[in-house]
Amino acid sequence: MFSFMIRRLGHGVVLILIVTAITFFLTYGAGIPVATNILGKNATPEAIAKLEAQLGLDLPMGQQYLNWLINAVQGDLGRSYFSNEPVVDAMATRLPVTLSIVFVAAALMLILSTILGVASAARPGILDNILQFISVITFIFPTLILGLGMVFLFAVSLKWVPAVGYTDLSDSPTRWFAGVILPAIVLAIGGIAALAAQIRGSMIDELEKDYIRTLRSRGVPERSLLLKHALRNAASPAFTTFSLQFIGMFGAALFAEKIFALPGYGTYGYQATVTGDLPALLGASLFGILIVVVVNLLVDLANGWLNPKARLT
Amino acid sequence: MTVPERQATLDANHVEERRKGSFARMLRNPLGLGALVLLTAVVMLGLLEPVLSAHDPNFSSLTAVNTPPFSPDYLLGADQYGRDIWSRSLVAINVSVISGLLGAGVAVSIGTVFGLISGYVAKRTDAALSWLFNLVMTFPALILVMILYPITGGDYKIMMGVFGIFISAGIFRLVRNLVLGVRNELYVDAARVAGLSNVRILSRHVLYAVRGPIIIASAFLAVASIGIQAGLAFLGLGSSQLPSFGLMAGAAFLNIYQHPIQMLWPSLFLAVMTGALVMLANAYRDSLAAPNAVPKKPRTHTVVPPIEETGATDSAASIDGNQDQARSKGNLLTVRNLRVEYPQADGTYRSVVKGVSLDVNLGEVVGVVGESGSGKTQTAFSILGLLPRQARVSADLLEIAGEPISAQDDRTLRRMRGSALAYIPQEPMSNLDPSFTVGSQLIEPLTAGMSKKEARATILALLARVGIPDPLRTFKSYPHQISGGMAQRVLIAGAVSSRPKLLIADEPTTALDVTVQAEILDLLRDLQGEFGMGVLLVTHNFGVVADLCNRVVVMKDGEMVESGDVRSIFHAPSKEYTQQLIAAILDENTTRSDPPAAAPSALNKEHAR
Repeated sequence: MFSFMIRRLGHGVVLILIVTAITFFLTYGAGIPVATNILGKNATPEAIAKLEAQLGLDLPMGQQYLNWLINAVQGDLGRSYFSNEPVVDAMATRLPVTLSIVFVAAALMLILSTILGVASAARPGILDNILQFISVITFIFPTLILGLGMVFLFAVSLKWVPAVGYTDLSDSPTRWFAGVILPAIVLAIGGIAALAAQIRGSMIDELEKDYIRTLRSRGVPERSLLLKHALRNAASPAFTTFSLQFIGMFGAALFAEKIFALPGYGTYGYQATVTGDLPALLGASLFGILIVVVVNLLVDLANGWLNPKARLT
Repeated sequence: MTVPERQATLDANHVEERRKGSFARMLRNPLGLGALVLLTAVVMLGLLEPVLSAHDPNFSSLTAVNTPPFSPDYLLGADQYGRDIWSRSLVAINVSVISGLLGAGVAVSIGTVFGLISGYVAKRTDAALSWLFNLVMTFPALILVMILYPITGGDYKIMMGVFGIFISAGIFRLVRNLVLGVRNELYVDAARVAGLSNVRILSRHVLYAVRGPIIIASAFLAVASIGIQAGLAFLGLGSSQLPSFGLMAGAAFLNIYQHPIQMLWPSLFLAVMTGALVMLANAYRDSLAAPNAVPKKPRTHTVVPPIEETGATDSAASIDGNQDQARSKGNLLTVRNLRVEYPQADGTYRSVVKGVSLDVNLGEVVGVVGESGSGKTQTAFSILGLLPRQARVSADLLEIAGEPISAQDDRTLRRMRGSALAYIPQEPMSNLDPSFTVGSQLIEPLTAGMSKKEARATILALLARVGIPDPLRTFKSYPHQISGGMAQRVLIAGAVSSRPKLLIADEPTTALDVTVQAEILDLLRDLQGEFGMGVLLVTHNFGVVADLCNRVVVMKDGEMVESGDVRSIFHAPSKEYTQQLIAAILDENTTRSDPPAAAPSALNKEHAR
């Protein structure tokens, strides 16, 4: 297990290097006139050359990437070209916002889809049809439309929750929750049906397996067969699907942030990409891939805990 | 055309026929037809944009600002800049359609090509490609598209192409796994023997088999692409001059408190398009699955209550021949006219057990013998109440340990399992839960009646009794850490742990090595004597019957061929089929190679041997 985790960590580091390198060479290589953008169109060529030298933009590309990497390892991701705010600081204030909505959404998704999936596997029929119906509905309304609809219904028409804004968890947990719950629901809904379908499918597979029949022959109650034995064995593929959903939500959080005007990671990355703020963009993609690596690692750990066979390798 | 190639083509044609059939079936489904009509209508609106458009979609008219819908000249109204929503919607339809086609098209092309290669070539190519696509899959496509925005320059077509690449991993995995499955199927082998080139095999035969799921997946990918394109445009990533639903939604969102109706139109168009696509895909999936669909009848163990006891036993006695006519007191198991049926695709029922009657007395070992598909395992499972949900069971009489098992009463059987009734399965490894230690799954049923500590001591003693050298170690092991022979001993220990009166053993030695087989049979014989159990032993091997049983029931095609005392049947079989089974003992020097007869698959394995 230990060597397995080490291997996965190594895999993660390689992934981080590849993604940041690709981002770096594509964005820095795109020929965006950074200095001109910063100084304005009327800047003199001398001023532009001076700024480029200052930012290190006149160095060879490989050299620039290496410099960035060396600084990054030391915890320095540079400063935004425009706000001059250190990228690390910006991430520290913005990631909690995005992670708040993504974690609440993930919790919602995990709980609801497990209940739906297990129930519809145990009792095919009405529940199964409801699940199918929900899956069609959630597909019909993309995250975007769903989000807009929710804002309209709960914030504009019913005025139950504030339409926009984020309160830090440490300031007021209730206001934090009020601000986070709508975007979280918007994010979760798309994944619930897919994850529930996955859980339903693997539960049905497990329930048809020989060991369930044998345990049943020994008088093990149906409840235990379903919730202890079948669910435990069905959990592993479900976790893999869940990790993909989680990563997907991290991307889709961008829409939710925009709709609910949350100052999150996605919005930051979005502004960086529109303005051509390269250090900010690179920092955002680094944290994106970091989160992907961490989530995958956690899922591997969970699967190792669930599956005794994986524990040995 | 060589014979194998013709066979391969025939199979491919068969798939093709089914596909056409499924398309027609999809159209007969009102949901599928409705979705197709709706989708076609919307696409047509987009195509007829030059004709239907009333205004320049980007022209701002100061007099038209926030015109309400259904005004003359402005069918859907105008937005806060005075632009005609109807004209803008028509252009936006085209943008959405192209986005869907591009995203899904790129993803399907890349995923299919590499999936086919990976699944078909396998080995290192597969490992490398799988690694690559897994990598692509673990990164949020949306964030990548956003990062690449400065390079794509905001052209939605390029962005959708990039998005297509990043979502191709799903298709890749789908195709690869399907190809891996299809790869070893007969018709591909046949085609390969016939000397067809790899490319031809891939494109003609394998692709035919996997196209159904690909078509379904493309619909969902198109939905995702349309959604993402709208999302990106909503965020403002893209041209502000090109009307799209995302852009329209973005403009309307700013106006949501004053004129919420403007929000409706882009949402409605998007929902109709994606909804129609999803419903179309679902209808197509249903139509693909239809030939194998099983009508749902969640009836479990339905046993018809005994009609007239005397009449029932009479009819049974006539089959049972010279056997003890009436059921004597102390009979452990009495079965009269047992029938098991399974629903077929066409709604009819197919019998797999056709009127079996048998008795097991206290301390007696009764063999049920027959080849695969003879219904012997189905008979055993129906007594245990362990048949799959869709099975229909009926009997004139089913009595276990003096208790009648009546209709719609699963509770009696449930109580008996784990007390009076026990079961030893055929395949040891698959009958242990891989996620729990051997000990914990053996203890679980016992803890209802005793403390955990007692249960643990009982199980450890039993594990020693069934001949496991280091009981504590096995107790703490996971199933994959013990051998097949050990696993079968564990299962036997589990079966006798409840001190059952009747033990039903389904081919208990078939999956084991020949040397282990004899040991297990000896163990069974010893335990039977020790506990004084009645045993119903299901086997295909007359040798095992001769070794262990007092009486035997011979089955073929779900019917009883003959039954009686083992010795008399062994020495003077009255039916030719029994003679063949006895003659087959001599051939029985290897373990049986066909898989254990699990309930539904048993139906298809009739002629496996």
